[in-house]
Amino acid sequence: MSTGTYLQPASVDEALTLLAEHGGAALVAGGTDLVVGTRQGKRTLPETLVAIHRLPGLDGIAEDGGTLAIGALATHDAIERSELVRSRWTALADASAIVGSPATRHVGTLGGNLANASPAMETGAPLAVFGAEVELRSSSGARSVAVADLWAGPGRTTAAPGEMITSVRVPAPADGSGSAYVRLEYRRSMEIAVVGAAALVTLGGDGAVADARVALTAVAPTIVRSSAAEQALRGSRPTDDAIAAAAAAVHDAASPISDVRGSDAYRKAMVEVIARRAIGIAARRAAGEAVPVPATMTVGGTR
Amino acid sequence: MSHACTLNVNGMSYPLQLDAGRTLLTVLRGELGLTGAKEGCDDSECGACMVLVDGRPVNSCSYLALQADGREITTVEGLAKNGELHPLQAAFLDEGGVQCGFCTPGMLISAEALLRQNPKPSEDEVRLALGGNLCRCTGYQKIAKAVLAAAQGATA
Repeated sequence: MSTGTYLQPASVDEALTLLAEHGGAALVAGGTDLVVGTRQGKRTLPETLVAIHRLPGLDGIAEDGGTLAIGALATHDAIERSELVRSRWTALADASAIVGSPATRHVGTLGGNLANASPAMETGAPLAVFGAEVELRSSSGARSVAVADLWAGPGRTTAAPGEMITSVRVPAPADGSGSAYVRLEYRRSMEIAVVGAAALVTLGGDGAVADARVALTAVAPTIVRSSAAEQALRGSRPTDDAIAAAAAAVHDAASPISDVRGSDAYRKAMVEVIARRAIGIAARRAAGEAVPVPATMTVGGTR
Repeated sequence: MSHACTLNVNGMSYPLQLDAGRTLLTVLRGELGLTGAKEGCDDSECGACMVLVDGRPVNSCSYLALQADGREITTVEGLAKNGELHPLQAAFLDEGGVQCGFCTPGMLISAEALLRQNPKPSEDEVRLALGGNLCRCTGYQKIAKAVLAAAQGATA
């Protein structure tokens, strides 16, 4: 590894000043992507590192006027264990609970997962179905961007140089909603999605689907929503047949690649299955059934 | 450029000058001579390098040493006290949870992290807590049994 400069700011403002002063500097929080990528030879460690893992006030998980506010430094472990997240933003708890291993979850952060922008990231599809907004700050100001507009492609975001993710705001689902995230995995731990799907289902008083959102993992250059699947669900009764029909519609959004973890044909075949499971669990949760977190362990699992 | 930092490892304080890119594992093994934590995959896949940082399990092969400045680090060498094996170490021996031994330090550290947080885990919880630790010898059965035995001993 190169011999670089390590800076450890004491405040967000100081971090933003350092980012502005040192072009090309990289932020490091848990290091689970940055350092591992270096160890794997995918990239060299940036010349200047701004270590933010100890910045105060950025690891909160709280409800703020009906919206879930999560600090960029909240760890996957803290999110997974949060009763608040489990009760109303359940798909995000499903996803956070299966990131990496216990060691990954204890140091890896939500902000880091978003900024790393892997198409196979676990927390992206849940945040997409909830319509999360990401807050970005720089030394010259602050802005908010829909999470879907944060991702520009594999490993790339629309964040400008000098901008840092400080928090994520996740709107509350309507009453009568349930959500779930399910992935296809080859092993239980130290895995990322071969394909994955998040679903948010809102049931009306008549038991029909009043609203639905479906997002897919690892079948496109970024996390993508499937409007065809959402359209198919709206107004239907969430029967097995209706859910299967909606899941069969996800192919509008799926254009997977072939890589070492699966061929495009395999991913296309499996994303429909995984979407069917996610929608089914979201619908059961919407109806009041207590399906344990993480959902992926309750379906087709090895346990 | 090197940076001053202090690593607190197993109750000892070590002032060091370190380059930014050094991982915690290379410093523990190189500068401090603590060779219990192992380099298996060097990729955060196998867990042989597991140590505790402020009580939480961390893959030290992929963690910058400077990020651990001032924090409490526990390696496998810190488990035994006054020449007495830690209950987990004794249970691994009693239950046959050790074969070649390469994964054992990481297994012990992950198990210790679990028991500090959850003193009476179920077998499922044990298996999840050890999910980031690979063993190529034992098939895991005796390791899981040893962790459960240590937990029972501690609460009996």
